[in-house]
Amino acid sequence: MQLESMYQEIILDHYRDPHGRGLREPYEGESYQVNPTCGDEVTLRVHLDGDVVQDVSYEGLGCSISQASQSVLHDLVRGKTLEQTLAIGADFLTLIQSKGDQAVADSLEESLDDAVAFVGVGKYPARIKCALLGWMALKDALGQARIIQSGGHHG
Amino acid sequence: MSLAVDFDVETIRKDFPILERRLADDRPLVYLDSANTSQKPRQVLDTLRDHYEQHNANVARAVHQLGEEATAAFEAARDKLAAFVKAPSRDEIIFTRGVTEGLNLVANVLAWADPPYRVGPGDEVVITEMEHHSNIVPWQLLTQRTGATLRWLGITDDGRLDLSNLDDVITERTKVVSLVHVSNMLGTINPVAEIARRAHEVGALVVLDAAQAVPQLPYDVTATGADLLGFTGHKMLGPTGIGVLWGRRDLLAALPPFHGGGEMIEDVRMERSTYAPPPHRFEAGTPPIAQAIGLGAAADYLSALGMDAVAAHEREITAYALERLQAIPDVKIIGPTTVQDRGGAISFTFGSLHPHDIGQVLDSYGIAVRGGHHCAKPVHRRFGVPASTRASGYLYTTRAEIDALADGLEQVRRFFGLR
Ligand SMILES: Cc1ncc(COP(=O)(O)O)c(C=O)c1O
Repeated sequence: MQLESMYQEIILDHYRDPHGRGLREPYEGESYQVNPTCGDEVTLRVHLDGDVVQDVSYEGLGCSISQASQSVLHDLVRGKTLEQTLAIGADFLTLIQSKGDQAVADSLEESLDDAVAFVGVGKYPARIKCALLGWMALKDALGQARIIQSGGHHG
Repeated sequence: MSLAVDFDVETIRKDFPILERRLADDRPLVYLDSANTSQKPRQVLDTLRDHYEQHNANVARAVHQLGEEATAAFEAARDKLAAFVKAPSRDEIIFTRGVTEGLNLVANVLAWADPPYRVGPGDEVVITEMEHHSNIVPWQLLTQRTGATLRWLGITDDGRLDLSNLDDVITERTKVVSLVHVSNMLGTINPVAEIARRAHEVGALVVLDAAQAVPQLPYDVTATGADLLGFTGHKMLGPTGIGVLWGRRDLLAALPPFHGGGEMIEDVRMERSTYAPPPHRFEAGTPPIAQAIGLGAAADYLSALGMDAVAAHEREITAYALERLQAIPDVKIIGPTTVQDRGGAISFTFGSLHPHDIGQVLDSYGIAVRGGHHCAKPVHRRFGVPASTRASGYLYTTRAEIDALADGLEQVRRFFGLR
């Protein structure tokens, strides 16, 4: 059935048992994002140590796709450098925008790991925003953290 | 009066080509999203096609035969809509793009109207917490721009308007009371005549959002107590892009124009213009001609069935849906749980599951419901939920479709392993 191409077991597992949920201190960047069509929301924080993403913590309301996507995000980017994190984010966007192309998913497996399970979401235009909500918050929070960091450097 | 010799849903369904559609996996369509938009009968579709194929021309500007035919059909639609809602005069029917435009029209012209209608600093506008965004945002814009104050009536736990402080909220300062007649989220039918009485006591205008009411109930604009009232064609079997703003004739005559353009004028000079009387004063530019004619056909269709019969069917199907849904563990209905003073939209939550997920699994069975905030965020916030799932039937909805929804929800439970 078509439904299982979106709701892959890995996604349902992350939904039922999300990793790294809850807001934590310390953090240098925080972003609140809302999906205006359904009212889903997320608050996401990043904690950087130099160039490394030490922690991503998040809390919010949303459907299984948005919740699972945030859980996967947490697993993927923790311990990565800023540059790696932005690259992973770009790859996730490519995956979601591939309209469900399995070849694209296969080519991104190394970068995205479990997150390639989201490939099926790309076939459901109404759900793309759900999958991207946390990633938009991540990008925004990282931007803020970097401003704070560079502000810090200059005194 | 109702000629409902027999209101046979199966016969009615044959008029709706889309109800024969097969969806993915060859599932029949179970359309339970009629509060969002209704499906269209062949009679409306044929009218649209006939207009474009045989009579298409602009209205009120052409002396040629097609122009005359189009104008006659367009104005005949105005007559039909006037009769459908028992408007005392055809000149009280203003064609709009939909209820959203109608409400924006009212909220805009009240900023420019002469006394006593003008809304300005120190004045108050009263709405309610159960409004659709289209009856909130235009009033926020008006009050913010004019220095007036926006106030609202709250909602009780069982989904009724809280009228306990009615006399404190609607006061001598109130210039406008604007509220929904039938809620698109809770389903509640509001006691509009009672509220209108209080509003008129203090000299306020009463505006009704009748988007869900006119499609479902036998309607008499005068009996509602409203001074102005809007509804939308696409929820009552008509095309999109057309709606009606009804207003009391003397009131419309005293209000200034909204949009400026062709057809709304009496005379135009380079320095200034004078304006046509209502309804044309409020219909600038080429109107949605085919859509208005199509809406006239929709009114004919509903009248032939009899709105008493349509309303009786809506009640019956809603009662059945309320009963079936309430029997499902973890389903919680938001809004009145009996058909007493209740329309056909049923919003509910299902355990901790998200409406997107519920809707997606139901969709895989061909069942179309709405999931989200239904353009009514404040009422969701009032009940402490970000979103809900909404099922809404109409005159073509069968008990079997309600059964399909109930079965579908059990599939949803299984799929997500609802805890
Ligand atoms: C109660 C109510 N008001 C207003 C609207 C807005 O209607 P439209 O988008 O057709 O202008 C709707 C429908 O979405 C509604 O249900």
